Amino acid sequence: MAQRLNIEELKDTARSLRREILKVIAKAGSGHPGGSLSSVEIILTLYGTKLRFDPKQPESPDRDVFIISKGHGTLTAYAVLAEFGFFPKEELQHFRELDCRLQGHAHRSVPGIEASTGSLGQGLSIANGFALAAKLDGSDRRTYCLLGDGESQEGQVWEAAMTAAHRNLNNVCAIVDANGVQQNGPVSTIKDLEPLADKWQSFGWNALDIDGHDVEALIKAYDAAEKETSKPTVIIARTKKGKGISFMEGNHKWHGKAPKPDELEAALAELK
Amino acid sequence: MKATRDGFGEALLELGKQNENVVALSADLEDSTRAEYFKKEFPDRFFTTGIAEQDMFGTAAGLALAGKIPFACSFAVFLLRGIDQIRISICYNNTNVKINGSHTGLMVGPDGATAQAMEDIAIFRALPNMTVLVPADSNETNKATIAAAEHQGPVYIRTGRAPVPDITSENDPFEIGKIRLLREGKDVAIFAAGSTVQPALDAADALVKDGIKATVANVSTIKPIDTETITRLAKEIGVFVTAEEHQISCGVGSAIAEVTAQHCPVPIQMVAMMDKFGESGQPDQLLDRYGINAKSIAAAAKVALK
Repeated sequence: MAQRLNIEELKDTARSLRREILKVIAKAGSGHPGGSLSSVEIILTLYGTKLRFDPKQPESPDRDVFIISKGHGTLTAYAVLAEFGFFPKEELQHFRELDCRLQGHAHRSVPGIEASTGSLGQGLSIANGFALAAKLDGSDRRTYCLLGDGESQEGQVWEAAMTAAHRNLNNVCAIVDANGVQQNGPVSTIKDLEPLADKWQSFGWNALDIDGHDVEALIKAYDAAEKETSKPTVIIARTKKGKGISFMEGNHKWHGKAPKPDELEAALAELK
Repeated sequence: MKATRDGFGEALLELGKQNENVVALSADLEDSTRAEYFKKEFPDRFFTTGIAEQDMFGTAAGLALAGKIPFACSFAVFLLRGIDQIRISICYNNTNVKINGSHTGLMVGPDGATAQAMEDIAIFRALPNMTVLVPADSNETNKATIAAAEHQGPVYIRTGRAPVPDITSENDPFEIGKIRLLREGKDVAIFAAGSTVQPALDAADALVKDGIKATVANVSTIKPIDTETITRLAKEIGVFVTAEEHQISCGVGSAIAEVTAQHCPVPIQMVAMMDKFGESGQPDQLLDRYGINAKSIAAAAKVALK
């Protein structure tokens, strides 16, 4: 749980990760830029300041576990894992290519990816399974699970939420990348989730509502989650889909579309 | 006479005693599925998700990824609402989760169609990495459950509600992937699985009176299907009947036909539920109405031989 990166380094690395994500998606010709860009600080801060892991021993039994339930946002997880040495960075260039283990949605064959995901709503139940095993083993290892807000329309998310609260899984921390936009438009017009923090709270969770791009707020939230002894914690991280690129921010059209060369150039110019 | 669900429950308890990594999950049906035997002995290793099957499968996957051997149990009908979870969290991840689907077929009786699973074999055998076991009696279910725990990867074990006669003995071995012959006869080969095995034996007895000698094959593993035995019997006997308490589409009959069509085509008559839902009634009445019993199997053999 060492602080591997300080605040400035986190901010700098976030910017370089955004550049990398866009270049890789453009090269692949497909991918999910909007939801990958919105979760950069969330995942980077977790690995950079909180998560217990050793990139040389990705399966060590006392490691903390991170599950990306919003599996389409996997490129951010891949990029963070590469950043911390789980596999060589240049492998990212082959994202989505035939015979590259960096599948289009999170895949277990990648060192550091704990479960293959991609069908929404399943990750929190899996996280609960890890957490239950930890309690059986008498271990203090923690399980983190990143969900989307659109994903939270899936009933299974709430089934899992009830399980975690009912069983006092204080060793579970969920993070909702609440970027407010799903594939066909704003979450609020498709199936509004608000008041979201209230919902989680009424389901028995410790609910925190923060700016999901504020690295310091994320650090405080991860610390608070760790201190909670009787209930699971959810961090509702308010983010912008496509964060960092003016023509992508808040735009549902960038949910699952790769930038063309001129669009990539314009985007990178904004990320100097 | 003992229900296959009882054989499952007893085996699960035994496994729990032998291996502390075995855990069990339920979606509020542990009494009916007999997972409660395990629950009573090992309450800390038993997890109910309440009436939430999708959550049960995801939780089981997580437990398996963390090194446990989870048995997730429910009525087979209710497994279907978690097929995406079984497909992705369990099969695609190749997690070591064992699934028990109980209360299968028309023999569920008075509860009616919503509780009578007739489509589960079709769906489960289409999933990559899934092993599909349909044991014939309580003894065999006990052994199949233990074999499932020893197998690395997802397994589906199909059990039933009603007591069935003992067909196999304690000393008969059970091997995943092997069809065992219970009777040998050169005229027709009857392939049956689970609750249709005893009716197949009864049909074979009846056929003797008509001068027809039938082989009876116990297809206790649907997947991986025993291609070798099926092909050998196709060559040696050349006339098949299949029987199952399951829809006509994509079940046991189809699995057999996939093998013969590719390796040694033979005429096959299939005894199965003919694309209908069941209804409330006594098991015998329903099996009679929908034509899945010894009488139908014997009649099918005569048709196949024409």
